[in-house]
Amino acid sequence: MNNRRVVITGLGVTTPLGLGIEALWDGLLEKRCAIGPIQQWDPSGLPCQLAAELPDFKLRDYIPKSYRKSIKVMAHDIVIAVVSSYLAVKDSGLTTKCLVDRDEAGDNPVVDSTRLGVNIGAGLICADLVELAGALNTAVDDDGKFSLTQWGNEGMTNLTPLWLLKFLPNMLACHVTIIHDAQAPSNTITCGEASSHLAIGEAFRTIQRGAADVCICGGAETKLHPMAIARHTLWGRLNTEDNATPGQSSQPFGAKRRGMIPSEGGGLVILESLEHAKKRGARIYAELTGFGASSSAKSWNKPDPSGRSLMLAIQKALGDAGTTQGDIDLVNPAGASTPEHDASEIAGWNAAMGETLEETYALTTRGSLGNNGAGTGAIDFAATVMSLDRNTVPVSVNTNNLDEACKFRFAQNDPKDVPIRQAITAAPSLAGGQSAALIIQRFEE
Amino acid sequence: MTRRVVITGMGLVTPLGHDVESVWERLLAGECAPSKTTNFDASAFPTSFSSEVIDFQLSDFLGDKAAGHGDASRSTAFALGAAARAWRHAGLDQDLALDTPRIGVYLGGGEGPLDFDRFAEAAIAGCRNDDGEPTSLDTARWAKRALAVLRANHEQEQEHNCAGGHLAAEFGAEGPNINTLTACAASTQAIGEALHIIRYGDADIMISGGTHSMVHPLGVTGFNRLTALSTRNDSPDTASRPFDRTRNGFVLGEGAGILILEELEHAKTRGAKILAEVVGYGSTADAFRITDIHEDGRGGIAAMKTAIESAGLTTADIDYISAHGTSTEENDKIETLAIRKLFSDCDAPPPTSSIKSMLGHLIAAAGAVELITCVLAIRDNVIPPTANYKNPDPNCNLDYVPNESRKLPVQAALSNSFGFGGQNDTLVVRAFEA
Repeated sequence: MNNRRVVITGLGVTTPLGLGIEALWDGLLEKRCAIGPIQQWDPSGLPCQLAAELPDFKLRDYIPKSYRKSIKVMAHDIVIAVVSSYLAVKDSGLTTKCLVDRDEAGDNPVVDSTRLGVNIGAGLICADLVELAGALNTAVDDDGKFSLTQWGNEGMTNLTPLWLLKFLPNMLACHVTIIHDAQAPSNTITCGEASSHLAIGEAFRTIQRGAADVCICGGAETKLHPMAIARHTLWGRLNTEDNATPGQSSQPFGAKRRGMIPSEGGGLVILESLEHAKKRGARIYAELTGFGASSSAKSWNKPDPSGRSLMLAIQKALGDAGTTQGDIDLVNPAGASTPEHDASEIAGWNAAMGETLEETYALTTRGSLGNNGAGTGAIDFAATVMSLDRNTVPVSVNTNNLDEACKFRFAQNDPKDVPIRQAITAAPSLAGGQSAALIIQRFEE
Repeated sequence: MTRRVVITGMGLVTPLGHDVESVWERLLAGECAPSKTTNFDASAFPTSFSSEVIDFQLSDFLGDKAAGHGDASRSTAFALGAAARAWRHAGLDQDLALDTPRIGVYLGGGEGPLDFDRFAEAAIAGCRNDDGEPTSLDTARWAKRALAVLRANHEQEQEHNCAGGHLAAEFGAEGPNINTLTACAASTQAIGEALHIIRYGDADIMISGGTHSMVHPLGVTGFNRLTALSTRNDSPDTASRPFDRTRNGFVLGEGAGILILEELEHAKTRGAKILAEVVGYGSTADAFRITDIHEDGRGGIAAMKTAIESAGLTTADIDYISAHGTSTEENDKIETLAIRKLFSDCDAPPPTSSIKSMLGHLIAAAGAVELITCVLAIRDNVIPPTANYKNPDPNCNLDYVPNESRKLPVQAALSNSFGFGGQNDTLVVRAFEA
């Protein structure tokens, strides 16, 4: 088995606290909450009217000029991935085709395209409702009912020819491969909130075995779509009671948690073989040392109260990294903020980590950022890497009144400066049963 | 020492039947499944036919346990049916001492079909005022109707990762559980990654393959708008004609193919029958355009080359290629070019056929179904034909095994899957030798 060492050399995040890793980190240190009333469209017909929305930005600032014509075939999930990829590559100091095409390459050599892979977690992308509903509304019979005959004859031509390609989940990765000229393995993992961790874990294995030297990996999604929010409403997962108090609405592991707040965003990180990173003198944030993935065999649509799936993922990751619970200095749980999901997650962490949990610092970003689905894990991963890099644990917003079963030690009031050598981040999917965990370690020769 | 990975079970749910042996017989006989679409009224659509799974009842596969999967989407139900057959084929239903955290799932699973009638009802309600006059979308009005008519479970079951969750629950698989959706390459990629999960040691058994149904109004709409589908409405069963000069698009199909991948020593220890060994996998991106394949076929060449090399084989060792062969102008031409280029060191490229000529294109599930036929080709030393091949195309100049299956010693077979956006995945399977 050819297990090459893999390090993290770039972080690119697109979050409601800001674009770029420093903006996210500053937002977390400043204990900011990005949740507010939905601005992008009228949410008045929906019981949850809060979300964490991205700040304004222009996509053209992140892509080559020659690629602007493709903007019209990008769902917002794709846009988030494309922006994150630029930010990650810039942060890593690598030069890809994107930077060459933007005249930002300088004299740096371009990374070997055949050794550059992509692995991006994606969600069930919702079709643009204005476009699709408007088109469907052209195929209505005299009784006011939708007519497949009218749709087939004429109605469907109201959708642009490339309509389908806007919403295929692999288009996040495909646009990224084209913009950066990444020709090594490209995968798209669609496992809800576990997607980013699974994508980063698979990219880790891809580099370990030598199928690529560098991977752009993570996830991106937006839940800020009427259809996505309607679905989560039907599933009873949203906080519908705190529309007037957005700042306190997302309470991960809280004693009085009332549901999740939808969000948009994502992150892509640069994983690189140690050899490749050293050769180019890259800044190394941390080494990725462990990955574990698992599934609940109980239910695909309800969280398992035992948290066994998450427990197995954490145990596997610890074993893969060759470390133990007691050597972990920081844990990064998810914190979906619904009563059932957090109960399951608490049980999983308690079972996997035992008593060490009470002495280990913890960080959750959900109080600030809500949940965007497939991209949430990558933001958590990036925040965990930053904590390790800076030896600082930001305050986890809205964690001052925790569920009594919860043993997480979140920083309160002020960020805590503590030495962090190893950290674990884990992500259970809200549905589907999948869990994944990753372990990072301060880089030592 | 690399852990070797073998195939110990296979299951199919396809437009030509739901049983591996009978589907294989029909493929060897050149039977073509496509006919008039019945999943919905497609009579006014540019393409009014498809390749549908018929006579499918989940209880035929799971018995009483089917009720526990009552709200499963069509796509998930296909996966459950095919997986149940594969599980039994592998003898795993008899094995009570399984280490469940070491059994995983890796699917190329498509989304469950949209709950279309209800979605359309809400869409129209959102675009009409109180007098029923058309307006632009009023989100609040839409939301009111959507929340009233959409059903929670049906919405949940559309999520990509639900099929994998159903399989984990049905077979007690607590190991890695992953879904990929790299368009038409998904299940080939799933099997390739599952291979590496076992090789690395993260699992001993992987339930892997693909499932998909896009034979629904918006699925057909999407492909019709792309002008990717054949519109030969007067002749559905001859519409899929890969590599033929008169090809004019693919035929949309649905179904599932599931394989049991198992670490060799694990399979031997429990006395499992070994069907073939998975020896090579290559995955690349064209990084070219979202709509077109790179004109030199560079991504496909690189995927095939990596798969063959990683198998420790050379081009001369490949006896059969199961082509992606979609029956689109572009794919068939560039796939041919890629095979020609890569196999230029051989006297001639190996015989190459596309069973999409008979089954249509099962999208995310296509690769897994095609890999199963490669295993059967190795077992029986016979390769399935490319049906509907009548008119040679100067741009497509391989031996496509036209219209008649062919007896031929097959030791190693290569299976290609290429997806929208430039996804290229190739697997190589070989007859098992101890």
